[in-house]
Amino acid sequence: MPRTTPAIARVAPEVSAAYESVIGLEVHVQLKTATKIFCGCSTRFGDRPNANTCPVCLGLPGSLPVLNKRALEVALRASLALNLRLQQNSRFARKNYFYPDLPKGYQISMYELPLATHGWLEIEHDGAAKKIGITRLHLEEDAAKNLHEGFLDSDRNSYIDYNRCGMPLAEIVSEPDLRLPGEAHAYLTTLKRVLEYADVSDCNMEEGSLRCDANVSVRRRGEERFGIKTEVKNLNSFRYLQRALEYEIERHIAVIESGGSISQETRLWNVAEGRSESMRSKEFAHDYRYFPDPDLLPVHVSTSWLAEIQRDMPELPTARRRRFEQEHGLSDYDAGVLTASRTLGDYFEAVLRAGGPAKASASWIQTELLRRLNDSGLSVEASPVPPAALAGLLAQVEAGSITGASGKKVFAAMFESGKSAEEIIAAQGLSQIQDTAEIERMCREVVEKNPESVAKYRAGNQGVFKSFVGLVMKASRGRANPQIVNETLKRLLG
Amino acid sequence: MIMTPTSNGHDWTIDSVREALADKRISARELTAEFCQRIERRNPELNAYLALSPERAYRQADYLDGLVARGEDLPSLAGLPLAVKDVLSTKGIVTTCASHILEGYRPPFDATAVERLERAGAILLGKTNCDEFAMGGSNENSAYGPVRNPLAMDRVPGGSSGGSAAAVAAGMAVAALGTDTGGSVRQPGSFCGIPAMMPTYGRVSRYGLIAFASSLDRVGPFARNVRDLALIMGTIAGGDRMDSTAAAVPVPDYVGGLDAPVKGLRIGVPTDYFAEGLNSAVREKIEAGISLLEQLGCVRTALRMPHTEYAVATYYLIATAEASSNLARYDGVRYGLRASGGTLMEMYRKTRGAGFGAEVKRRIMLGTYALSAGYYDAYYLKAQKVRALIARDFAEAFGQVDAIVTPTSPVPPFRLGEHASDPLAMYLADIYTVTGSLAGVPGISVPCGRTQGLPVGLQIFGQPFGEARVLQLAHAFEKAGGAQV
Repeated sequence: MPRTTPAIARVAPEVSAAYESVIGLEVHVQLKTATKIFCGCSTRFGDRPNANTCPVCLGLPGSLPVLNKRALEVALRASLALNLRLQQNSRFARKNYFYPDLPKGYQISMYELPLATHGWLEIEHDGAAKKIGITRLHLEEDAAKNLHEGFLDSDRNSYIDYNRCGMPLAEIVSEPDLRLPGEAHAYLTTLKRVLEYADVSDCNMEEGSLRCDANVSVRRRGEERFGIKTEVKNLNSFRYLQRALEYEIERHIAVIESGGSISQETRLWNVAEGRSESMRSKEFAHDYRYFPDPDLLPVHVSTSWLAEIQRDMPELPTARRRRFEQEHGLSDYDAGVLTASRTLGDYFEAVLRAGGPAKASASWIQTELLRRLNDSGLSVEASPVPPAALAGLLAQVEAGSITGASGKKVFAAMFESGKSAEEIIAAQGLSQIQDTAEIERMCREVVEKNPESVAKYRAGNQGVFKSFVGLVMKASRGRANPQIVNETLKRLLG
Repeated sequence: MIMTPTSNGHDWTIDSVREALADKRISARELTAEFCQRIERRNPELNAYLALSPERAYRQADYLDGLVARGEDLPSLAGLPLAVKDVLSTKGIVTTCASHILEGYRPPFDATAVERLERAGAILLGKTNCDEFAMGGSNENSAYGPVRNPLAMDRVPGGSSGGSAAAVAAGMAVAALGTDTGGSVRQPGSFCGIPAMMPTYGRVSRYGLIAFASSLDRVGPFARNVRDLALIMGTIAGGDRMDSTAAAVPVPDYVGGLDAPVKGLRIGVPTDYFAEGLNSAVREKIEAGISLLEQLGCVRTALRMPHTEYAVATYYLIATAEASSNLARYDGVRYGLRASGGTLMEMYRKTRGAGFGAEVKRRIMLGTYALSAGYYDAYYLKAQKVRALIARDFAEAFGQVDAIVTPTSPVPPFRLGEHASDPLAMYLADIYTVTGSLAGVPGISVPCGRTQGLPVGLQIFGQPFGEARVLQLAHAFEKAGGAQV
């Protein structure tokens, strides 16, 4: 059987409009802990291959797993953040299959008794809010990483890095409640944000701490039964996710429209080719022979411990957004932007703590800071302008020692050099001109050079006034105090 | 010529060794050398040891001799010449589980039980033979040849811990560690005429015990008398942060409780254990043993344990299911044997095909089947339910009695090769031991007379974490001449 997919006939929009897609996501997140889930090895990313290994995570004969309480705690935080119901009893099972990245020949994972079930997450898509059900959250260990490239003998041999083996993962399975690739994208974005806020995971797709597989099917609109689904793996970027879902949905419709039927199978998203490929069909599906792992005790969470976790729960994005609106008088839109990531919200609050006025801080962060961060590809944490420095600059603008226009120039220089606002203002001579005689001299010059505009103004055209102000500001390189300029011009033209 | 208490050395006990060291009647180095000589003399015919660890033994001996020289206190098990079953990991010493698949494998860590014994002063002499991955009841399933019974050279020493039992019985060690999954300590103890104990599940850490069936595997000692078993139990028992199934239940003073009176203790005799299949000579000895306990003032009560007849089937479903998963890691990728193959799958197949023996393969296949989709409920899940019923039989019995007394094995030691072609007959012979394994309770086998020169073992089960009571009864029985009934 050829492994490649036959080319897909393009589906006409009016044909695909007759179908509805049904999507569910399985998301794996690496839990933020110092050590692995069943041993004391470090979880640090990027260490020398096999540096963070021990008999337990290497699955050496006679070694035994011991559950890291911190991993459980982080998973409980995730469960609370996703409105999941904690199970009275959960336990680990063994998922048995042979692969070199799996040193015990089985993966320890919760199966018939997951940690938590029946949760939901509210997403926003196309301006509408929608609750997406979350079926379950369970704990499991990650596998090692097979290295097939990068060695002199890679044409003949493969190597294995066991650093990742035993990393703590939570698998979060959504209900098939998503109807559009865009909704799936919104779900993943919202999930990532909530998990970052709850301090559950770094959710870094590049480092693999957030991974996503999708279950996809289509059905004719109005049909109640689900169509046959395929599972698409390797959707490890927000862009691939949407692209791969669109591809897979179109493929399903094309197959059905041409009289064929979808075969239930697992498919792999090929990033380079931009298409999904058959990985294994249902007949070749593994029989994982799950059974409860006798090496680990059933997981029991005491109500007092859960209450403690609940009490120490970090603020979640929705609550923060409401608080930004109420406490700082921000618009719903501004509060939404500033809470989009936990780090940006933290930055905003740090600026306020350093004395920045709420509205100006919100506006400067959204325009000046975010634009420059985007242009230079930096994260908020890596901003060359620390929150206190931005607050310092805003104080200068507020106090009138520099104009808003100069402030923007100063900010640019701060971003480039990492220097403080004071240093730059002093060095560039940007402090505001308050001297009324000096301003009057500049105003007179502008009035004298533009007799036609003066005539228009005096004939009743108030609109030209602004152009006088603009010319004076230009002549002062933005440093003249705008209020004094206004008053002086009115007097001279009056 | 080194002075020893007797010429054959059988009379060394943990206390006599420690006292001889403290009194400078013998040095730990001399003692080690003596045991190395004994092994050299007897092991070629018995095949009890697979590997010796003289460097490690002499290093420990020198440490102990240093303590003696400086007049410092000796630890509780100072100088104990110890043999360890080859399914227990020993740092830097080849540990094979008597399998070709682990040929040359040197663990980078010690099993917790081994580490605790060495810290208490034991001298590790070497690793003992056993059935491959502890699967068997005769020690004939070893990839490195069978062990012979020192009491009857044409007979098996029992299994799977046959090498450990034989080493102690032949005076090649004063004590040994074995592992008991379905009777693998108690039955070879019975066959070799020495006391042997299976502790409660969770009483001794399994860390470093190379798993056969994780929910059943236990580390247990062999010694020449019950007091030595109690000393070892006191050292190896207790919680371990490396094993979440090792319970943090406080460890009582086992030795201190040995001489407590047994008068008035209620001993239950399950009629279900004295049914078809029990050798009449064994039955006779066990009856004599129970009479001896009655003479000591114990009160005999007849019991029904109705689920006993399902124990063997239940045990072989659960044990093989877990084994099929536990033995998946031997894939040739990281350690041990690797056969060459063109593809990954071919390498797996050839490695496992060449590395495992017939009995291990049989059990992996049985267990894989029992866990497969469509069969799980009918086999594995059903077996778990029956296991709970068997445990309930025990719990109900302990509502009426303080201990349960049964034969350890339905038959005396059999001849090498006698059952080799009939695995089912071998499985059925586990009937009296697997019940306690499934129930998780502690059990001991103590010598209970001989039939035609062959030893018989009396098994005593106690309540979970009730090792003290079991040891106390076994000690009283031993002192009253149980071995000669």
